[in-house]
Amino acid sequence: MSVVQPVLSVRDLRVEFVTRRGALKAIDGISFDIAKGEVLGVVGESGAGKSVTGSAVIGLIDPPGRIAGGEILLSGMRIDNLPPEEMRRIRGKRIGMIFQDPLTSLNPLYRVSEQLVETIRTHTNLSSSAARKRAIDLLADVGIPAPERRIDSYPHEFSGGMRQRVVIALALCVEPELIIADEPTTALDVSVQAQIIALLKRLGREHGTAIMLVTHDMGVIAETADRVAVMYAGRIAEIGPVRDVVQNPLHPYAKGLMGAIPSLESAADRLVQIPGSMPRLSAIPPGCPFNPRCPYVFDRCRVERPEPIQQSEHRVACHLYDQSSVRSEAVA
Amino acid sequence: MTDALQAAPTASGPTTWAGRFLDSDVWASFKRSKLTMAAAFLTLLFLAVAILAGVLAPQNPFDPAQLDLLNSRLPPIWDAEGQTPFLLGSDEQGRDIFSAILYGLRISLLVGFLGVAFSATLGIALGLVAGYLGGTVDAIIMRVADVQLTFPAILIALLVDGVVKAVLGGQLDPATTLSVLVFSIGLSFWVQYARTVRGSVMVEKNKDYIAAARLIGLPAPVIMFRHILPNVMGPVLVIATINLALAIITEATLSFLGTGMPETMPSLGTLIRIGNNYLFSGEWWIVAFPGIALALLVLAINLLGDWLRDALNPKLR
Amino acid sequence: MTERSYVEVNDLRRVFDVSKPWLNRVLEGGEKQYLKAVDGVSFNIAKGETFALVGESGSGKSTVARMVVGLLPPTSGEVIIDGISMSSRAALAERQRLRRRIQMIFQDPYASLNPRWQVDQIVAEPIRAFGLIDGEKDIAGRVGELLSFVGLHPADGKKYPHEFSGGQRQRIAIARALASNAEFIVCDEPTSALDVSVQAQILNLMRDLQDRLGLTYLFISHNLAVVRHMASRIGVMYLGRIVEISNGRELFSRPKHPYTRMLLDAVPDVGMTGRQRIPVSGEIPNPISPPSGCTFNPRCPFANERCVAEVPPLLGGVACHAIHEGRLGIDAAA
Repeated sequence: MSVVQPVLSVRDLRVEFVTRRGALKAIDGISFDIAKGEVLGVVGESGAGKSVTGSAVIGLIDPPGRIAGGEILLSGMRIDNLPPEEMRRIRGKRIGMIFQDPLTSLNPLYRVSEQLVETIRTHTNLSSSAARKRAIDLLADVGIPAPERRIDSYPHEFSGGMRQRVVIALALCVEPELIIADEPTTALDVSVQAQIIALLKRLGREHGTAIMLVTHDMGVIAETADRVAVMYAGRIAEIGPVRDVVQNPLHPYAKGLMGAIPSLESAADRLVQIPGSMPRLSAIPPGCPFNPRCPYVFDRCRVERPEPIQQSEHRVACHLYDQSSVRSEAVA
Repeated sequence: MTDALQAAPTASGPTTWAGRFLDSDVWASFKRSKLTMAAAFLTLLFLAVAILAGVLAPQNPFDPAQLDLLNSRLPPIWDAEGQTPFLLGSDEQGRDIFSAILYGLRISLLVGFLGVAFSATLGIALGLVAGYLGGTVDAIIMRVADVQLTFPAILIALLVDGVVKAVLGGQLDPATTLSVLVFSIGLSFWVQYARTVRGSVMVEKNKDYIAAARLIGLPAPVIMFRHILPNVMGPVLVIATINLALAIITEATLSFLGTGMPETMPSLGTLIRIGNNYLFSGEWWIVAFPGIALALLVLAINLLGDWLRDALNPKLR
Repeated sequence: MTERSYVEVNDLRRVFDVSKPWLNRVLEGGEKQYLKAVDGVSFNIAKGETFALVGESGSGKSTVARMVVGLLPPTSGEVIIDGISMSSRAALAERQRLRRRIQMIFQDPYASLNPRWQVDQIVAEPIRAFGLIDGEKDIAGRVGELLSFVGLHPADGKKYPHEFSGGQRQRIAIARALASNAEFIVCDEPTSALDVSVQAQILNLMRDLQDRLGLTYLFISHNLAVVRHMASRIGVMYLGRIVEISNGRELFSRPKHPYTRMLLDAVPDVGMTGRQRIPVSGEIPNPISPPSGCTFNPRCPFANERCVAEVPPLLGGVACHAIHEGRLGIDAAA
């Protein structure tokens, strides 16, 4: 790690859901950093724990879920054990949020101007006219045409893509250090999706905001993120620079995942397929959680949990890359 | 097949019906709630004593030959003037209150269950048809329901009861009276079922499993009853439980008002009406014990209904 | 078409009445409103071929699918499958027989299986409905066979849908579609509710089944990469019309219609890390009041007065005035 302090630092985070059948481990010991101006993509299939990770960072895990261990640091300050009231202030000021459905972030009863101005004034000491001017600038910044006219509309008067832009403006208006974007483009059409991706990327760069982009869409990650964490069954299977992970994945799950995505470039006759599916939280196998589906599985994988190993710029949790493991198995 | 996925059957829980039930969330929430368990116990107890009334009761209160006017208006047994076997005292005809309660429970529960069965059948059928067919049929059924909802249920029951009795004329034998009660209660409660079922049907009928059934050319009644009906029964069960309590109260009210069960074959409501006449002359037990029995029964069933509503609603769990 | 197509869709239209209820119209004023979900769609599918319709939400592709299988009656136009018209009243008996041969796979595997039915009942239903096999034992045998055919275990038949994952449920839906020995299967976004690794399993399975059973597919999707992987011919839909129709390879290597080009450029793709894209402008207009002429004209960089006034016909596989006039330097017939 460099001397520059990361904006977000997650250390050995564990999240549990307590049910009558015992505690289910939704997140089981994950660690990652996001630097200033960096976009970290968190990708995984349903049940991988990617959204729970996002919720844990912003302190919005609903019971019966709870953080069971580890720590979350925002610019060096520990935030996972803060009282709810303080956490709420941090969410408003230092962490912005963008969700899949823009309507969850916007109040349908208030004009966009009221919501933006109120948020700006709560966290700065701008006058209301100055706040309104700033809100208009922000709307222009996120690509809303004629912002001085549109600002007084209600959320339902915007189309889906425009609404998501308003949410991004709302998330940006207090200049947060970190933005958590949970499937921000999933509900949008392809042609609109591309616009939102480009916008997020540009704003992250211009404002120096760290972005944690949670999505199931590897294409979106490939285009937007600087680094990517591939999650599987509550753990990070592999984390590294996005181009490396996409073109040269190391973890067998990441390999399978990349091969499974049909590409526009080449029409392969058959897609690579990983047999089976993600285990349910109540039935995560011992050892490496991927072992029942892994083509390279060997005895150690079934009993011992693989710890992340540094492999050039990647960190990969797989026994195949451990020098002490018996390397008799061929690695493709 | 090139597909290398000839997997073993996926692991899963118990496969028998009982095993599934014992493993379910509904059963778990039942075991968690002491109050619900008490209510269930009480309801079962009432059911059991009603069914076994013939064995448990010292006297058959419906048989005039067993009544002796000399035993009339006896206080409960713990009173100085109490006599065996009149555990809870007797009424003015020498009827043992305890026995009358057991037999009355039997009638109340019978009318309750039959009334619920009748109104549920009617309401579910109309709700299914209205929801599935939509259009004019839906409009007609639901407007009738709307109009009926503007009257209190008891008024409808009284009206139906009055009309039927006027048509049949004169004194009715107890079996016919009972049928008339069931009919009038059933007609006054169908709306709630119809509305709920219609709402659920409108959601279900747009799901793709219905499209798949239509695709193979199944006729509408088969789709309604075999595909949709099992999927809308959850809320119906909750309404039926709560309506059982309502039906019992309605029967008691009708009997109390004198249009229900006759004095020769009293239900709990009839007993309360009889006792009401003697309340101020000091014979409190004639009204009190049937009243307590009725209140407990209705409370227990309502508690069960409340719990069922919460347990079957995943949003509240 | 040199030989007779297996599926012929001729000038299909569907209009939905989206007006407010009568009483509201009377009280609040306002006219009846109509939505042209599908506006003159024609295509052919040869036997054993996969034809795909691709488009964004509101393009009418799912409405076409539902009209082709007969779940929704067309406002006008005709669907002819194996020489039998789906809309003629005369051929009622023939249409009933045709039904057995057409099946559909739906988008949401959580909604397309009846949650209260055991899996073997679900798969056996078409067999019973069409009276294909007599005797419970033989039906059970066939159901077991179908389940292993799609990669499940015959013993899985005793379970309920909620005990399976999304991908397994989609396998069950495929088994049900095959139960009536269907020849033509309409797939409405069959993998868009699934995770990528599971999507790959299902797409591979569908291709294997096509090779083994000679199935014909109409494949509906919004995902261009999936369509490219599955289809031999592709129609691109925009606001109820087909704007371009061509064989798969050509559509991706030489897209013609400005909308197709924009769409191809917009898709986030794993192979394009760090690529600079041409910015896409605008959003899909409200289909209740679509733009006049070519519905793409407000977003099209090549639009002129003719595009605003006149609906372009589908000529040489593309519906675009600019291409027909040679303004873009692309030959339509190529």
